[in-house]
Amino acid sequence: MLWPRLVRALVGRPLTDQAAAAPQDTVVALGERMAASARVRLGRSLSIREVDSGSCNGCELEVNALANVAYDLERFGLRFVASPRHADVLLVTGPACRNMTEALQRALDCTPEPRWVVAAGDCAVDGGVFKGSYAVEGGVGAVLPVDLLIPGCPPSPAQLLEGLLALIEAEAAPGQK
Amino acid sequence: MSALALIRSGTPQGAQPFERFVLTAEAWAELPAALLAEPALALLGMWAEPGVVHAGFLDEESGAILFASAPAEGGRYAALSPARPGAIRFERAIRDLWALVAHGAVDDRPWLDHGRWGIAGPMSGNPAPRPGAEPPQPEFLPVEGEGIHVIPVGPIHAGVIEPGHFRFHIQGECVVRLEARLGYKHKGTLSLMLGKTVRAAAAFAARLSGDSTVAHGWAFAAAAEAALGVEPPPRAVALRAAMAELERIHNHLNDWGFVCNDAAFAFPHARCGFLREGVLRACAAAFGHRLMMDRVLPGGVALDIAPGGGEAILAALAAVEQDIPSLLRIYDSHASLQDRVVGTGFLDPGHARRFAAGGFVGRGSGRRFDARIAPGYAPYDLLAPAMAVEAGGDVDARVRVRIAELRGSIVLVRRLLMALPEGPTLAPLPARAGEGAALVEGFRGECLHWLRLDDGGLIRAVFLRDPSWLQWPLLEAAIEGNIVADFPLCNKSFNCSYSGVDL
Ligand code: SF4
Repeated sequence: MLWPRLVRALVGRPLTDQAAAAPQDTVVALGERMAASARVRLGRSLSIREVDSGSCNGCELEVNALANVAYDLERFGLRFVASPRHADVLLVTGPACRNMTEALQRALDCTPEPRWVVAAGDCAVDGGVFKGSYAVEGGVGAVLPVDLLIPGCPPSPAQLLEGLLALIEAEAAPGQK
Repeated sequence: MSALALIRSGTPQGAQPFERFVLTAEAWAELPAALLAEPALALLGMWAEPGVVHAGFLDEESGAILFASAPAEGGRYAALSPARPGAIRFERAIRDLWALVAHGAVDDRPWLDHGRWGIAGPMSGNPAPRPGAEPPQPEFLPVEGEGIHVIPVGPIHAGVIEPGHFRFHIQGECVVRLEARLGYKHKGTLSLMLGKTVRAAAAFAARLSGDSTVAHGWAFAAAAEAALGVEPPPRAVALRAAMAELERIHNHLNDWGFVCNDAAFAFPHARCGFLREGVLRACAAAFGHRLMMDRVLPGGVALDIAPGGGEAILAALAAVEQDIPSLLRIYDSHASLQDRVVGTGFLDPGHARRFAAGGFVGRGSGRRFDARIAPGYAPYDLLAPAMAVEAGGDVDARVRVRIAELRGSIVLVRRLLMALPEGPTLAPLPARAGEGAALVEGFRGECLHWLRLDDGGLIRAVFLRDPSWLQWPLLEAAIEGNIVADFPLCNKSFNCSYSGVDL
C-alpha cells in the first residue's frame, strides 16, 4: 500500500546524503568570471538545461542520478528545466559531435544571459577517447564558451554536484569585478 | 535453393564460433528472393568493409548463427531490405559510412551522414572531401490526409536524454506516423577502432552505449577471444556474468521507475532511483566504478572483485528484493497508473518477429529469444536462467518482463558470488590473425560483435551491433494510433539506445 509508506517516509529519517562542500579555489575562479550584476540576477539558485552533444549516455545516467533522493539536488536550489530559454546553466555532456554542432549553438543562443556553460565528462572536456575522429569537433569548448570543466568518465553524481555547487557559491561570493 | 543453403554454398572463412561464408555477387543477388521464402532466417545485422558487404543471420528453427559476405562490385550490392525490413537502416548506414549502394533498396535516404563531416564515405578507403558544403535538409516520409499536422521534436529533448529527432504526424490527438531521424551522436567509433589492438579498442566497445557498457565490453572481449583462440579464466567469466546481471538490475530498476514517472506517478520512481543508487554504490565498492566501465577486457577482467565487495552487493540486492513485492503491489493497484500502461504502445508480435527484435521489446511481444539461453555461453550454460516472456505487447508487458528479469538477475548474482572460482582473472593475448564474433545478452537485448584481426593482431574490420537497431523501427509501429501524450511512456518502455546505433 502506498499511503502507509508515504506516512512512514514523512516521519522517518531522510534518505538523502549529507552535502559535501564546494571546492574553494573553483569558487573563487568562477566568481572572477561573473559580474556582480549577474550575481544579483541569478541569486542562490540555478536552472539547468542538460544538453547531450554526443555522449555514450553514461554521463546522462549520472546526471539523472543527481535527481534521485540520495543526492536530491533541488535542496541546493538546483533544478533541471525543459528548455534552454528557462536555463541559467547549460550542462553539456559528450564530445562535440559535428552532427550536433548546429543544435548546440542554437541551444546557447536560446539561453538568456547571464549564463554558465559547464562541460561534464572527459568527452566534453576534450573529446575523450573520441578525439581526432572525423565526426567530432573535439571537446565542448570547440563549439561553446565553457566556464567550468567537470572531468570523469562519467563524473560521479558527487563530482557533478561539487561542480554545480561551486557555481552557486561563486554567485554568493562578494563581488570581485 | 533455400536461403540457408545458398549462404552455406559460399566459401567458409574459418570464423569462430559462427562461420562466415563468402558468396559471389550473383549468389548474394539471389538472397532477397530466397529470404522471402524463408521467414525463419532472421537478419541480425548488416555492415561492410571497403568493397565488401556483410550480413549476420539467426536461424530461428535451429538457433544457428551464421554470416554471409559478398563483393560489392562497382560499389553496389543487392539490397536485402525488400525481404527483411530490419535491413533498411543498415543499408542506409552502409552507404553513409562505406559508400556502398544497396541496389533495389526500400529506402535510400542518408541515415548517419547529415552532411556535416567534411568528407563522404569516411570508412570507404578513399573518402571524398566535401568541404564547406551546406548540410542538406532532411527528407521525411510524406503523410496525406485531412487535418494532419506535424510536430517536430529534437534533436534536443526536454528531459535529460540523448539527442535525436522525432517527426510526428498527428491527426487530432492521435499519432498517424512517427519517424525518427537519428545519427546526431555519430562519433566515428568504428573508424577509431581500426588498426588498434583488441585491448586498446575495448575502450570503444565499452563506450558504444554507456548503460550497456558491461554487455558490450563482454561481447567485444568474447569476439576477440574467439578470434585469437583464447579462453578467459573461469573466475573472469563468473565476474563478467555478475557484472552483466548487475547492469541488468540497475537498468531495469531505472526504467521501471521512469515509466511510472512518465505516467506522473512519482513514488515508484523515487523508490527505484534510491534502490538503484544502492546497487551502483555497491558496484563501485566491488569493481571500482559505478557503471563498471572498462572492467571487462579481452582475456578476462581488469580487476578482481575488491575485498568486501561481494557483501556490499549482496546487501544492496537484499534491499531491492525486499522492496519489489510492495512496489509491484503499488504498480498493480493504482488504476491511474494501470490505465496509462495497459494497452498502450502495442507492438504486434508479427512485427517483433519480422524484425527479430531482442530483449524485453521482443519478449514483451512473445518472441522467445534470450542469447544467454540460445546460442548460450558460459557461465549461463550452468546457471540456466529462466526466460521471461509476456504476450501482451504493450507498455505493461515490457515492464513485466523487466520485473521478472530483475528478480531472476538477483538470484543469478547471488549464485555467481557464492561460488566464485579461484584463480587468475586475466589471460595473456597472442598477437595473430583471426576472425571472431559473439552474442551477449545485455539488458536491452543481444549485443552482436564481429571483428577480424590481421597477422599482427590489429583490427582490420569490426562491427558492433547494439540491439536497438532492430527495436527503434518498432517504436514507430507501436506508437501508431496512440495519443501524443503517451509517447514518453512508449519511448521509455522501449528505451532504445541512441549512441548504440549512431556509432
Ligand atoms: S565521459 Fe565517459 S561516460 Fe561520459 S560520454 Fe564520454 S565516454 Fe561516456
